[in-house]
Amino acid sequence: MSEEEALLSVRDLKKHFAVSGGIFSREVDRVYAVDGVSFDIAAGETLGLVGESGCGKSTTGRCILRLIEPSSGEVWFKGTDVRKMGGTALRALRRDMQIIFQDPYASLNPRLTVGAIVGEALTIHNLAKSRREHEERVVQLLETVGLQPDHLRRFPHEFSGGQRQRIGIARALAVEPKLIVCDEPVSALDVSIQAQVINLLEDLQEKFGLTYLFIAHDLSVVEHISTRIAVMYLGRVVEIAPSRELYDTPLHPYSEALLSAVPIPDPTVKRQRIMLQGDVPNPIRPPSGCHFHTRCPIAKPDCATRVPELRESKPGHWVSCHYRG
Amino acid sequence: MAEPLLDIQGLKTWFKTDDGLVRAVDGVDLRIDRGETVGVVGESGCGKTVTARSVLKLIDMPPGRFEAGRILWQGRDLIPLDDAEMNKIRSREIAIIFQEPMTSLNPVYSVGEQIAEVIELHQNLSRKQALVGAADMLKLVNIPNPERRVHDYPHQFSGGMRQRVMIAMALSCQPKLLIADEPTTALDVTIQAQILELMQEMKERFGMAIMLITHAMGVVAETAQRVVVMYAGKVVEEAPVGALFGDPRHPYTQGLIRSIPRVDRSAGQQARLESIPGTVPSLLDPPPGCRFAARCKYAMEICTQAIPPLKEVAPGHRVACVL
Repeated sequence: MSEEEALLSVRDLKKHFAVSGGIFSREVDRVYAVDGVSFDIAAGETLGLVGESGCGKSTTGRCILRLIEPSSGEVWFKGTDVRKMGGTALRALRRDMQIIFQDPYASLNPRLTVGAIVGEALTIHNLAKSRREHEERVVQLLETVGLQPDHLRRFPHEFSGGQRQRIGIARALAVEPKLIVCDEPVSALDVSIQAQVINLLEDLQEKFGLTYLFIAHDLSVVEHISTRIAVMYLGRVVEIAPSRELYDTPLHPYSEALLSAVPIPDPTVKRQRIMLQGDVPNPIRPPSGCHFHTRCPIAKPDCATRVPELRESKPGHWVSCHYRG
Repeated sequence: MAEPLLDIQGLKTWFKTDDGLVRAVDGVDLRIDRGETVGVVGESGCGKTVTARSVLKLIDMPPGRFEAGRILWQGRDLIPLDDAEMNKIRSREIAIIFQEPMTSLNPVYSVGEQIAEVIELHQNLSRKQALVGAADMLKLVNIPNPERRVHDYPHQFSGGMRQRVMIAMALSCQPKLLIADEPTTALDVTIQAQILELMQEMKERFGMAIMLITHAMGVVAETAQRVVVMYAGKVVEEAPVGALFGDPRHPYTQGLIRSIPRVDRSAGQQARLESIPGTVPSLLDPPPGCRFAARCKYAMEICTQAIPPLKEVAPGHRVACVL
C-alpha cells in the first residue's frame, strides 16, 4: 500500500521510556517499549495488533493519538504528519481519531452522568447548535450503541461492564471520527458480552465507514474482526499479513508459536503445539539482533547479531526473519 | 460405581451483605472421581470460585455461611469439621492454586521457605530436609537453577514462573485433588500453554484429580474430561467434554460455545458471532424459575415458574432445562 492510499501511516515509530534511579533520579536505563514500528491502515479496514504483554502494542496505539509523545518516527494521518501538529490542529485531529479503552470503568468519570460523558466532546468541538440539538444527539448516540434514552441521567457505576463499554463507544462516536484505536476493548468482558460488543463494533464500522486499529492479546478475537494483522514482539513488528493468511500460513516462528498456543474450544481438534521456552525477555535490555532469537526454535548464530528487516515475502505478507519467507 | 473422591450435594453458600442475601452458590451438585480432570466453567459471578473455596472452607464466615448441602470428601462430610481437622485435609489431600500467584505468595519469605513450610507442616520433616524437598519440587516444575532460585523471593519471578512455584507448593504433599482456580487467566497465551502442559505432566506423574475452574472454553476443551457449566449459582449442564462441545443441550451452553470466535475457522464460516442478549442476573434477588429464562431465546411461561432440575439426557450428560 502506498502512503497516499493509507488513512494512517506509521513509519519507524519509537518510544523509549527513561528508567530513573540513584539519588538524583538520573536516567540509568531505557525501556525500548516501541522500537521502530511501521505499518499502514487503509480507510475502512481493521488492522489487528497482537502480541503478549509488554510487547508495546498499547504504547503504539497511544503514540499514534499522541496521548504519549513518541521519541521518534512519523505518524501520517490523511497526508499530514501528526507529530508536527500543535494546539488547534491537534484538537481537530482528535475529532478524526478516537480511542476506546480496556477498562470501561476506569476510563469513565464516575461523577458525570452518561449524558455528560457522551455529550462532553460535542461541547468541546461545538458540534451542537442548541441545547435541544445537543440532547437529541446524545440520545441518538446512546441508541446507536444499544443503550436506552433514559440511561442519559444515570452514572457509570449503575451499568454492567458490557454496558459501560457501550458508553465508551458512544463517547468515541460523538465526534464522528474516521479512525478508532480500540485498545483491548473486550478483554475485561465475559464471553457472552464480548460477542455483543464485537458485533456492535462490526455494525458501526459498516454503518459509519470506520477504520479500526484493534489492539488485543486474544488472537481468536483479533482474527475474527481484522482485515489484516500485525504481530508484535518486544517493541517490533515481526509479521503483517491478511488475517486469514496469517492463521493459515504464518511465516515468522513467533507468530507460528503464538497461534499454536491458542486453545481451541473443540475437543475433537488435536494440534501439534509449538512450545516456546522461557519468558519474554526484559525490554530494558532486549536481546541483540533479532529480539526473538533467545526463544526461537530455528535460530542460527547470526540471528544474535543481525537485525532482520521487515520485508515483503508475498504480496501483502510482510515478515522480519532471516530464515523464513 | 466406585465412591467418588469428592461429592458435593445440594451445596448452598450464601453471603450476608448490606444489600441483602447473595445466593452465590445455590444448590450445586458436583462429583469428581479419582484421577479425573473436571472443568468448571461459567462467567464472572456464576459461583464457580465460591464452590471451589467452599470445598476447602476458605470462605470467611460471616459474611458467608453454608445454608444447606454436604461436601463429601471420600465419603466424609467436610462441613461440620473444625479448622484443626480441615488443616489435615488442606494441602495434604486437597490443594489449591489461584489466578494471581503474586497475591497468594508471601512477599517477605523466599519461595523455598514457603514451600518448605508446607512440607514441614504436613510431612513432619526437619527444616533442612524440607528445604531440599522444596528445591526438588522447583526442579520438578521445570524452574531453571532450582538450587539457586529456592532462595529467591516472589518478586524475582515472572508471572509464569510464580504460577510454577504455586504448583510446586500445591503438589509438595502429593494431594489427591488439585483445585486450580483460573490458573492461567493472568498469563500470556504462550505461558498459558506451558502451565497447562505442566499441569498435565504433573497429573500423569501423581495421578491426582484436578478441578479446573475457568471462563475460557478453549482451555476446558483441551484439558478436561468432564465439564460442569454453571450459571448464576447453579449447575445448568454437565457432560463428558466431547458431548458438551459436540452436542450442548442447555441454551446457555450453546450460546456460550457459539459466542467465541474460533481461530481454526475462517471468518467466512463464522461471519457473525452469536451473542447472548442481556446480562447475568443479580444473585441478590434471583428470579423464580430458571435463572437463564430472561436471556433465553426458547423461554416459555413454565421456565419462569419453577427451577428445572438436572436430568440425565444421555449417560453422564445432565441438563437443567425443560426442553
